[in-house]
Amino acid sequence: MAETKPKPKPKIKKEAVKMPKQKPKERVKNFNEVALGYTEEQAIEEANRCLQCVKPQCVGGCPVEVSIPEFIKCLRERKYAEAIAKIKEKNALPAVCGRVCPQEEQCQVNCVLGKIGEPVSVGRLERFLADWEREHGFQMPEKAKPTGKKVAVVGAGPAGLTAAADLVKLGHEVVMFEALHLPGGVLVYGIPEFRLPKVIVRNEVAYIEKLGVDLRLGNMVGRVHTIPELMKSGFDAVFIGSGAGLPQFMGIPGENLGGVYSANEFLIRVNLMKAFKFPDYDTPLRIGKHVVVIGGGNVAMDCARCSMRLGADVCLLYRRSREELPARHEEIENAEEEGLVCRFLAAPLRLIGDEKGWVKAMECQAMELGPPDASGRRRPIPIKGSEFTMETDTVIIAIGQTPNPIIQRTTEGLVADPRHGTIIVDENGKTSLEGVYAGGDVATGAATVISAMGMGKKAAKAIHEYLMNKK
Amino acid sequence: MRRRSETYKIVTKKELAPKEKMFEIEAPDIAAKAQPGQFVILVIGERGERVPLTICGYDRAKGTVSFAFHEVGKTTKELGVLCEGYCLENVTGPLGNPSEIKNYGKVLCVGGNIMIAPLLLQAKAMKEAGNHVTTVLGARIKDVLFMEDEAEAVSDKLYIATDDGSKVNTGLDFLKEVLKTEKFDRCVAMGPVVMMKTVSEITKPFGIPTIVTLTPLMVDGMGMCGVCRVTVDGKMQFACIDGPEFDGHLVDFDGLVKRQRMFLPEERLSSVLWEIGGCKCGRNKA
Repeated sequence: MAETKPKPKPKIKKEAVKMPKQKPKERVKNFNEVALGYTEEQAIEEANRCLQCVKPQCVGGCPVEVSIPEFIKCLRERKYAEAIAKIKEKNALPAVCGRVCPQEEQCQVNCVLGKIGEPVSVGRLERFLADWEREHGFQMPEKAKPTGKKVAVVGAGPAGLTAAADLVKLGHEVVMFEALHLPGGVLVYGIPEFRLPKVIVRNEVAYIEKLGVDLRLGNMVGRVHTIPELMKSGFDAVFIGSGAGLPQFMGIPGENLGGVYSANEFLIRVNLMKAFKFPDYDTPLRIGKHVVVIGGGNVAMDCARCSMRLGADVCLLYRRSREELPARHEEIENAEEEGLVCRFLAAPLRLIGDEKGWVKAMECQAMELGPPDASGRRRPIPIKGSEFTMETDTVIIAIGQTPNPIIQRTTEGLVADPRHGTIIVDENGKTSLEGVYAGGDVATGAATVISAMGMGKKAAKAIHEYLMNKK
Repeated sequence: MRRRSETYKIVTKKELAPKEKMFEIEAPDIAAKAQPGQFVILVIGERGERVPLTICGYDRAKGTVSFAFHEVGKTTKELGVLCEGYCLENVTGPLGNPSEIKNYGKVLCVGGNIMIAPLLLQAKAMKEAGNHVTTVLGARIKDVLFMEDEAEAVSDKLYIATDDGSKVNTGLDFLKEVLKTEKFDRCVAMGPVVMMKTVSEITKPFGIPTIVTLTPLMVDGMGMCGVCRVTVDGKMQFACIDGPEFDGHLVDFDGLVKRQRMFLPEERLSSVLWEIGGCKCGRNKA
């Protein structure tokens, strides 16, 4: 519309259309999605803010290089089917990415509009289109002619799903092995329902299955089949996207007390096993009145927000200050609206239990910030004599995950980083073994959904080239 | 959710003793790889919890795997009423590290309660590896003791012990006498935590390497949740990926018992609700 006006100066709205959300007081009592999504009119209004730059900066910020201006152009012309097809050329999981990508650090950070006001809400538009498609039925893309090559994809999380989708579209036969009894990886066991409804993950997986990917659940590669066995049994290449599933503990006294959960345990119980519906669902979860979440990343925020929904008062304990919090700004804001209390510059020293072996208090120590460490963030330094005790009956440790070691232990010749347990890959995801590629958290250590997808995509391209050049 | 080749159908159901049952499940992928000492995780239905059970048999040709369970909580009670032909939602495995089976010389195998079933699988493997196998079967009372014939078949010597003394020996104290006269090169204990603790205490003065199989609470069973963490030799270990077998002389059994009781109130609630309400979801139509 803007470009047809006689005067070349279009009116620019500096502010983005706000995302409709459930009110904090209501949403803290349920597990329904917090962000409700744009209406059609809101989406058009937001899409109209896009300047359609000749040299778009946004695309470069996207790990999977979605053609952002093109899909937005289709959207504002109300050609929704075309718009979503445009996204899906590059991104097999738009309904997921539209919800959980940190767009503010990726596409949106580069948006020219961001210099005079708020950038275009690319993620919200992506979500609108993905949701539109789910309501109106998936359209299947064209697949290349069968190549006769067979690829095994290990792990049905973001990296694996992306690689599988790309490879099957290129005409390869793809078998995807998932160790858990449900597909989706971190999208189902980690990210809570109120941030990413599981029905959306199910739909995205269903789409990938419809593309022709053969999904095997409850099949843990490394135990059932090893990577060398897969290569011998007729697979021409393997992609490993087994994630970063091993929880880290702090190594302080009292970590084995009752009421002390790793973030993974807590989230798996709540999200994958639906313990928030106990006893309708069989998996239990005991949560007290005063929960302390240790850590400051997105996983810590997820744990805190789940705990509040289960009726607890939650305190987040982080050893650095607010500025260094690694979680997305939006998540911190959401969590604080819901009642999260943050205690910065403090770290636990030990957990104290009652006579039944249940945690009842935590001794902490205050910190101050010193010079930056290897991560570029200022290093927390304990302040002598600053010890204090907090009462608590549930502690959730969200200080990070490392890759699961099973595949590395059972695959001879696969080179892994001895310190971090990550599989070593080149920029295309190639490992030390011929035909074996890896990507996502198992290669990078715990990172984001979209960076895992980006690596899945790159590896799929590299696998395709490898397969087509072989003999 | 099931996919293609695996049906997880209950092929045979056997009652070992009151409330103690054994299932043989169709699961060719697991059967192809299962080894003594490993376990599976089963999910009974859409709302089910993930339950770890030690493998007590497998038939590679038939593509089946077996496990035994004691009806104690909601899921095991519900399992108990399922019939042959019923298909479970999911069975994942084999998980955990296999037992170290080789010719040690003289091996003492001690099994208690429901863990007798997987113990005998291991005793058999030990026998086939050329060991002289002495087996001890323990139970609360003689009525819940089972598989005595199977034990007889795989053992060079068999002892029976019950807590009430109704069958030959009372408790495990007799073992001390046995150990004074006989020398063993390895001991394998599978059963309730208290029993494994007792066995480990008995063998320690005699310097017999003692391997115990730990069955702590688990959710995923593949290294993700950390609920199965146990202290072994002062270090945190995950039973699912570092075990489930550990050196019995180094395990902190008391810590393990406490962790096993973590969800007792919830487990009781779930179990009682199931008993009074029965199954309302229509899962048991088969």
